[in-house]
Amino acid sequence: MTGDVLIDVQNLSIGFKGRSGKLLPVLRNIDLGVRRGETVGIVGESGSGKSTLALAMMGYLKHGLRVISGQSLFGGNDLLAMPARELQRIRGGKIALIPQNSGQSLSPNLRVGAQLAESLALHGKVAPSAFPQRVTELLQQVRLPDPAAIASRYPHELSGGQQQRVAIAMALAGDPEALLLDEPTTGLDVTTQAHILELLSDIAARYSKAMVYVSHDLGAIARVCSRVVVMYAGEIILDGGAATVLTNPGHPYARGLLASIPRLANPSLPLALEGRPPPPGGVGPGCSFVERCAIAEAACRAERPGLQPLLAGGRVRCRLPERAGSIPTRRDGKPGSASGSFGEPLVRLSNLAISYARQSLVDQLLGRKPQGVPTVDRVDIDIRQGEVVGLVGESGSGKSTILKAIAGLVAPAGGEITYDRSGALPATVEHRRPEQLRDIQLIFQNPDESLNPRHTIEQILAQPLQLYFGLSGDALRERSIGILERVRLGAHYLDRLPSQLSGGEKQRVAIARAFAAEPKLVLCDEVTSALDVSVQAAVLDLLDQLRRDSGTTYIFVSHDLAVVRALSDRVAVLYQGRLCEIGPAAAVYSRPCHPYTEALMGAVLEPEPGARPVLMAEDIMELSPPPKGCPFQRRCHRKVGPICESTTPPQQDAGAGHVIHCHMPIEDLASAQIVRTWDNAGPPHVQ
Amino acid sequence: MLRIFIRRLLLGIATVAIVSGIIFAAVEALPGDACTAILQRDASGERLVNCRRELGLDRPAVTRFVEWASGAVRGDLGISAHNNKPIALLVGDRLKNTLLLAGCSLALGIPLALFLGVLTGLRRDKASDLALSTIAIFAMTIPEFVTATVLIFVFSIWLGWVPGIVTASASSPLSAFFPGIALPVIVLTMVMTAHIMRTVRSSVIDVMNSDYVQMATLKGVPYRQIVLRHALPNALLPAINVIALTVGWLLGGVVVVEKVFNYPGLGHYMIDAISDRDLPVVQAIALIVATAYVGVNLAADLLAMAFNPRLRTLKARSP
Amino acid sequence: MRAGPTTPDAIPARPSRLVAVIREMLSRPSGCIGLFLVVAHVILALLSPYFAPFDFKAMNANAILAPPDTTHWLGTDQLGRDILTRTIMGGRQAILVTAIATPLAVAWGGLLGIYLGLAGGRLDDILMRVVDAFLALPWILKMLLMIVTFGTGVGVLIPTLAFFYGIPVIRIARAATQNIVARDFVLAARARGHSRVSIMRRELFGNVLDALMVEGAMRWSWMLLAFTSLSFLGFGVSPPTPDWGLMIADSRNFMAIAPWPAFAPVIALSSLIIGINLTADALAKALGIDRAQAAVH
Repeated sequence: MTGDVLIDVQNLSIGFKGRSGKLLPVLRNIDLGVRRGETVGIVGESGSGKSTLALAMMGYLKHGLRVISGQSLFGGNDLLAMPARELQRIRGGKIALIPQNSGQSLSPNLRVGAQLAESLALHGKVAPSAFPQRVTELLQQVRLPDPAAIASRYPHELSGGQQQRVAIAMALAGDPEALLLDEPTTGLDVTTQAHILELLSDIAARYSKAMVYVSHDLGAIARVCSRVVVMYAGEIILDGGAATVLTNPGHPYARGLLASIPRLANPSLPLALEGRPPPPGGVGPGCSFVERCAIAEAACRAERPGLQPLLAGGRVRCRLPERAGSIPTRRDGKPGSASGSFGEPLVRLSNLAISYARQSLVDQLLGRKPQGVPTVDRVDIDIRQGEVVGLVGESGSGKSTILKAIAGLVAPAGGEITYDRSGALPATVEHRRPEQLRDIQLIFQNPDESLNPRHTIEQILAQPLQLYFGLSGDALRERSIGILERVRLGAHYLDRLPSQLSGGEKQRVAIARAFAAEPKLVLCDEVTSALDVSVQAAVLDLLDQLRRDSGTTYIFVSHDLAVVRALSDRVAVLYQGRLCEIGPAAAVYSRPCHPYTEALMGAVLEPEPGARPVLMAEDIMELSPPPKGCPFQRRCHRKVGPICESTTPPQQDAGAGHVIHCHMPIEDLASAQIVRTWDNAGPPHVQ
Repeated sequence: MLRIFIRRLLLGIATVAIVSGIIFAAVEALPGDACTAILQRDASGERLVNCRRELGLDRPAVTRFVEWASGAVRGDLGISAHNNKPIALLVGDRLKNTLLLAGCSLALGIPLALFLGVLTGLRRDKASDLALSTIAIFAMTIPEFVTATVLIFVFSIWLGWVPGIVTASASSPLSAFFPGIALPVIVLTMVMTAHIMRTVRSSVIDVMNSDYVQMATLKGVPYRQIVLRHALPNALLPAINVIALTVGWLLGGVVVVEKVFNYPGLGHYMIDAISDRDLPVVQAIALIVATAYVGVNLAADLLAMAFNPRLRTLKARSP
Repeated sequence: MRAGPTTPDAIPARPSRLVAVIREMLSRPSGCIGLFLVVAHVILALLSPYFAPFDFKAMNANAILAPPDTTHWLGTDQLGRDILTRTIMGGRQAILVTAIATPLAVAWGGLLGIYLGLAGGRLDDILMRVVDAFLALPWILKMLLMIVTFGTGVGVLIPTLAFFYGIPVIRIARAATQNIVARDFVLAARARGHSRVSIMRRELFGNVLDALMVEGAMRWSWMLLAFTSLSFLGFGVSPPTPDWGLMIADSRNFMAIAPWPAFAPVIALSSLIIGINLTADALAKALGIDRAQAAVH
């Protein structure tokens, strides 16, 4: 099925000029060939050089980058040394890119149809008279409903999933021999991502093109690729068959990476990979991974290992590949959640409703209430002392909005939040008592946004300490150091600015700031979503440790079901601001009952070879919840009937606090089990 | 779309209303009034009282404001205190001359500015960009009277190519302003070109660094086509608002240039009116200029909306 | 390549930001030239009375409109006054007045703008309409009305310039604040329960300051332009005090027979204003702000 080598990168090194004037490499001696009909995944964390490599395969260097050595051949010709006119013919015509963020990669001023027609015109494989016909065909090919309507829209009028499909259609327009995919599903919702990947693997199978799939997400790569290349610090460190790389890789870094990925079927915390990759130009004479490697020896520091072939096939850049097998690729045993008995309810959300609809001027004058369906409605959750409650859902599920309401940043439109024994919590921060403010702390998604870039770490930590405890001088400094040590950072961080820290360190500072208040309840809003997976594992571990030490209660919001699984005692599944299902994590994950939970779990991509998500719900994007009935009515694959559109679903108890909001009888719900399919023997590590 | 339009229109009207209030209040606060201007030295005792009664100046300020504002809405701007002629007529002549000056400057400046802005943006940090950008800083910051003085010296006194001042009177036909209009037009063109060019340059740089231009490159689109089809339609949108600000400035802020070249436009007239304490004229000019400013900016916002598909269909987005 | 170069663990002590910004400015030719011109002009304005070769109002009936020679290096004007003396002293008033009025304008406009950006609401709606109304009036009309009412003393000009040139600053500060208020660290401070004043002081000032500094440099140049234009039109500094605007206005009448009195003040004024603008440009680049997107007023 695979043919001759089409893309051939030879000894390619690319770098940029640093401030000191030295040339700092971001890619080092890359050798990679991709054959016709082959699907190669390139995986690596941020800064590993994977996107630079993908663009170099099209002969494109970002501003400031230059070739240090080597070539990037396509069909035998070096794209990096090709005149512009010839490049234009190859780009889009022979090798096409599907970019990461299609929303920004489509020209905002041109209709979708015009942009597709442009691609057709450039590569001259279709007569101009046939363009409209061909545009429709392309849009059908990427499974967009009503192609004619889509073609006449502007990019911003489409949903994220639709934009991504248009980008795929555009890549297919020139009928290229090779496709480059640069994180094509990053930023999309789980269910949408599963549909797009389904489409991509179908294209790969049907047209036998050479495909290069770049991603940080091993789960996505597992779905599409037969061969996986792992990059680290600008180097290829491992190259092999997907099955081997995903289950038993021969490089310590790849093993650590696997261990750091949280799994749906595994309630234990993922294993953190300590340390961080060296910056460009920061690699010593030896192996680039030596600082973080568990099995490194003196010789590893002295000499850079070559990319050597393995007996079992593939290549590895390690002196001791046979010993790498001793490094575990997953942690079994200690569950992250300290399940068991919890205390009294600490926070109680009763019939909570939140609305972002603002009164228009006309409404204000007429004294009318703001109209529209509330963003969040009918949410009832009790959070007990010392418990971790996970809130999961896709974008628009209202999970972050609920956190903001608890934190007092948005006022609820209805219902009540009761806190501790003090009764109803005042709606907004301005009306809350100091101890209520101190008790509830919020950690945000992105530390780049949540830490003031102008403040040193000392100033950042001083804010809660001064406000809540009135500390100053030496006492303040001493306490700050103590808190930094609790988040495993040292006193020498105090006089740094956030911009001088890595992503993981910044998030630790944000966590430290929240814990400086000695809170009873910590609200975590997607706290690991902006981090690389190996860093994420360390942050999850830290959060788990902190709450064991101090008995803090967490509400943990995430779109990533596996991450929620690793940390939570109970899970609530939200769709369009309404509760679908809530229950003990073990129950919900082993036996998802609500059709939406089922669809969500089914769509999750696991880094298992041959893992295949189950596609149930349509991947349409809903902009607002339906005014009546079940929130999931428009997408549900198990809709009961008109009652779903007219009546709010009842709460049905499946036992042990597992509550499902659905019209279907509880027996039917419980019997409906998602069946994940594995192409091979089966899920190897379900416990 | 219609809602936004109506909202903007109401905001604009509110702004003009506030402006008229400020103008009226400011002129009220000035020492003297129309009668002291008319009577000059004789402004005292019986005659002053009589004059004030005759012109209605003895009534409360609010009454007079309402009367003045409602007159202005109908196009009646009152009578000049200086020569007893209807202000609408006097101001009309000057407005026409100012429009001629502004029109010539815009006709010359806008194409030049767009061209230079795109050129420097595309050739960012190359020698031609650095040279033109530096010249632009010079052109936009050196006071107009300095540029004017230098130009008069070079082209009028030294080379003798064009007259250094305009000799036509306010009510002359438009043709009488040529070729004397050349130097004022050049001075204004220099300043406005520099402003617009800098905005266009920075916008072109942003757009050329955008993901969609990179995507177009990787799709194999030739450079020319990238610039003309993908980049410029987006990059030129911010120019609309700067051009509007420039038009507003040309209509009201070119007092110095008109004065230097003795050009009988609105700005020149305004200064004379202030010197003569011809307060009704000051009020009228201020109102006209402010209304024009608000109107031009409103038009620019609407134009920008009409040209930008993202703004145009923001509200009409289908679920 | 999203991440770019990361910093290694061992970071040297953070250099002061001010030092870093100035160093960054000096690394560009425009910053070097700009700062040099501004500093030179300010020093000249402060010290010129001590080394001016002649008395600025001493007339010499024997040397009226005399061309440059060894006594009067730059010649004399229509009253026989030494042009070199009058030029090096001609910026004193303008620089003094604007150098005081600029910080005042940035301070009051900046504070109000930050407050409105944070507070929003009805007060913001109303005040922004008033700001728009003021911006709709030509600057010269506003200035002239004040001057006609209150005179042209320094005590009038400073508050007048500070007031009118603070109004556009409100807009800039408000827009910059609104960008920052939307960010999570301000939300975090609100959630912790900090007061509005504390949020303004701790979270907003530092981050809006960059925009305000660049804005301040630009305001300074616009103010100088206004000040000298008013002098040129005869509404500013009163004779015999030397002033560039006034000198250029005077010289125009004799330009055909004696052009040299115009040269020195033209060069002096232009070099100062260009110096300020080059500095503003370099400052904006060093701070990472796109100056060309600032409002044109």
